[in-house]
Amino acid sequence: MGVIDYTQEAPAIEGRPPLREIDDLISKPLESKPDKKYYIALAITTSMLGIGGIALAASLYWGTGLWGNNNPVGWGLPIVNFVFWVGIGHAGTLISAILFLLRQRWRNGIARFAEGMTIFAVMTAGLFPLIHVGRPWLAGYLLPYPNQHSLWVNFTSPLLWDVFAVTTYLTVSFIFWYVGLIPDFATLRDRTTNKIKKVIYSVTSLGWRNSNRHWQHYEMVYLILAGFATPLVLSVHTIVSFDFAISIMPGWHTTIFPPYFVAGAVFSGFAMVQNVLIFIRKIFNYEHIITMDTLDKMNKIMLLTGMMVGYAYAMEFFIAWYSGVQPEQFAFINRAFGPYAWAYWIMVSCNVLFPQLFWIKKVRRNIPIMFVVAVLINVGMWFERFVITVTSLSRDYLPSSWAYYTPTITDGAILLGSFGLFFTMLLLFTKTLPVVSIAEVKAVVDGSQPSHGHEASSEGGGK
Amino acid sequence: MNDKILYGYTGIFDTPDEIINAAEKVSDAGYKKYDINTPYPVHGMDGAMKLPPSKLGYAALVFGLTGTFAALAIMYFMSVLDYPIVIGGKPFFAFPAFVPIMFEVTVLSASIATVVTMIAFFFKFPNISHPLHGTNYMKKVSSDKYGVCLQSEDEKFTEDGAKELLASLNAKDITPIYFPDEVHEKQTVFEPKFISLLLFVAIITSGGTYFALNKLMFMLPFNWMMYQEKTVPQESSTIFADGFGMRPPVEGTISRGNMPYQFKDQPELAAMLLKNPLVPDEQTLATGKEKYDIYCSPCHGYFGEGDSRLRGQYPNPPSLHSEKSRTSSDGSIYHVISAGQNIMPSYSTQLTRQERWATVLYVRALQRSFNAKESDLE
Repeated sequence: MGVIDYTQEAPAIEGRPPLREIDDLISKPLESKPDKKYYIALAITTSMLGIGGIALAASLYWGTGLWGNNNPVGWGLPIVNFVFWVGIGHAGTLISAILFLLRQRWRNGIARFAEGMTIFAVMTAGLFPLIHVGRPWLAGYLLPYPNQHSLWVNFTSPLLWDVFAVTTYLTVSFIFWYVGLIPDFATLRDRTTNKIKKVIYSVTSLGWRNSNRHWQHYEMVYLILAGFATPLVLSVHTIVSFDFAISIMPGWHTTIFPPYFVAGAVFSGFAMVQNVLIFIRKIFNYEHIITMDTLDKMNKIMLLTGMMVGYAYAMEFFIAWYSGVQPEQFAFINRAFGPYAWAYWIMVSCNVLFPQLFWIKKVRRNIPIMFVVAVLINVGMWFERFVITVTSLSRDYLPSSWAYYTPTITDGAILLGSFGLFFTMLLLFTKTLPVVSIAEVKAVVDGSQPSHGHEASSEGGGK
Repeated sequence: MNDKILYGYTGIFDTPDEIINAAEKVSDAGYKKYDINTPYPVHGMDGAMKLPPSKLGYAALVFGLTGTFAALAIMYFMSVLDYPIVIGGKPFFAFPAFVPIMFEVTVLSASIATVVTMIAFFFKFPNISHPLHGTNYMKKVSSDKYGVCLQSEDEKFTEDGAKELLASLNAKDITPIYFPDEVHEKQTVFEPKFISLLLFVAIITSGGTYFALNKLMFMLPFNWMMYQEKTVPQESSTIFADGFGMRPPVEGTISRGNMPYQFKDQPELAAMLLKNPLVPDEQTLATGKEKYDIYCSPCHGYFGEGDSRLRGQYPNPPSLHSEKSRTSSDGSIYHVISAGQNIMPSYSTQLTRQERWATVLYVRALQRSFNAKESDLE
């Protein structure tokens, strides 16, 4: 470990590898046959996906009565899972856009992978509102198109804002991802000796020629996209939180929800990215590209956002007391000491207590411990959504309608299937596309930028 | 080799410092049509090549604002003009509620349109048959080398001049690049293969859409909302002894607003006790006339003369202008309407109490008009 000199910025890529070596390393998974471990991993994830698929098919055939959802808890696990997965999808754009605007050079090694995770997580998330409507084949009515009923959608409903926010987020993330991939496709096109691959990469690279007349516009468009994606990523979870905050349920109707949800989303997203990157850097030998410093910085962000989430938990209690509104006060006492107290205390311990370990530098730079903490963070963040959704609904204003919500085995199987879907797509991604941006990594290797007469400095960043 | 058309001359450099220097020298030498190819964007290259700043920002601004105002206009049209519905007590033009969607549409349209503008108009992509593609030069500059390409289109370009300039910059691998031999003259769009692919796609798409919308939606389980295990009105049912799906009301049930007539077999009592609660004003007489014309006039005639329009299928009723009719009380006429008389049935289900009294008033008006006194003319 040794002592780190914080007066000198740590190199984003360790060891000053030759550029050709970066090409070789990053395109190796695409050019080699998958090994046994890969097939085992794929078998596990597709089995999970299959279990989820069967549960989903059964739910569509026999109806949503197979789930635990019932009055008064109409928003059970499907909405919990939706919010959870949208949250996971927030780290990608944060890393690729916000850290790009802040000129954090260490983002270059992890941005591609995080963006890919964003897209898969949002796709997984998008499934849940669709199946929650019960008849997903009629979901086209969510779009304002001229129909035979002459009816339009309700533009004042946060649920409709959600439709726009999530589809916009998915589209913009995909565009961002693809724009980043264009130069890498060109590199792969010029490397490959396989004829079919050559055709595919020629088409997907659109004929990129690494021309500096193009790089100039390319960098501008990257900046513009980052500029748009930054408010977008903040808006998406804000609007997801509006689904709750615009209603009048006690425990939901609070103005702290948008920042609280965004912080939570970044928190869980970083935990998921960190978890998966630990495997990626080990399996593909990317330890010098995705450095320990990078993981260290991600852990610091988790510590920060974890504290923000903890602050929100405390502030919710304070505001409930300060507001003097009786149902609000009851909702929070019920959360912490009511029938779902077990879920609440799992949430608090996983989200607020365990991340405090990241104050210790040795923990931040210890892979097994940080992995466990990040897993706990995601468990905690899932329970946060569970607590918010279920405790408020199960005990609303009318005590005669109170009920205890228990998810069924079908609910559980669909949740398992969502993990299966996400990780299956992730595994396929690692073998079909470069999981690290070749061009962006080259741009931040020491010595890759001209010195302009200065001493060989390492001025860099995405731009 | 000389029959090929020259595209340009290329040279390779090893370090970013060299390529910046080379770019400055080439642009200083007055070349306009040249290019620098690097595996990643090299800092300071825009300045070295003397490129004007990218104008893509303007495209983003225009497309973004277009998205904002289009979203606002569409929402205004849908929620204010075309189908205004009050939701949650909000105004039709609920601007704060429109803001999230305006923002999302702005981002969406600006992102898509800016990227498409860059790719299609700034880069002229997709173009996968450029002379540089597939050359060793391209293979090097897409990996770890930095290259300069002087194009033959440039006014200053001569083969020797280009070679000399590149050599003076210490470039390696100075090679000419030629246009590909075959020039595709034939329009590939009209090839049978391509046309049949288009046809195939068209048939699959339209057939799939037709099947999904007109057939699939009416198959199990998609139609379970339409075919439910329940009995709808007018259907037969095996559950009940009488075979009807609909149930008769419990005995003694009365419909809302209709109290049963309490003087059913007591015409004298009715004539004596019942008093008309209405006053003969314009509105009640209009109601009375309307109801009289509908229910009474088929037998009694429009003016109560007993001139039935039923052409003798029923015996004609007596005139309403007889002495007996004129002198009977309002309650007595009301009783006849409510309970029926001889072959006349009860009209208590067709007419509410108010309407019956209004009809009585209209009959009174008819009687008076047929037997008017001098004083009525005043």
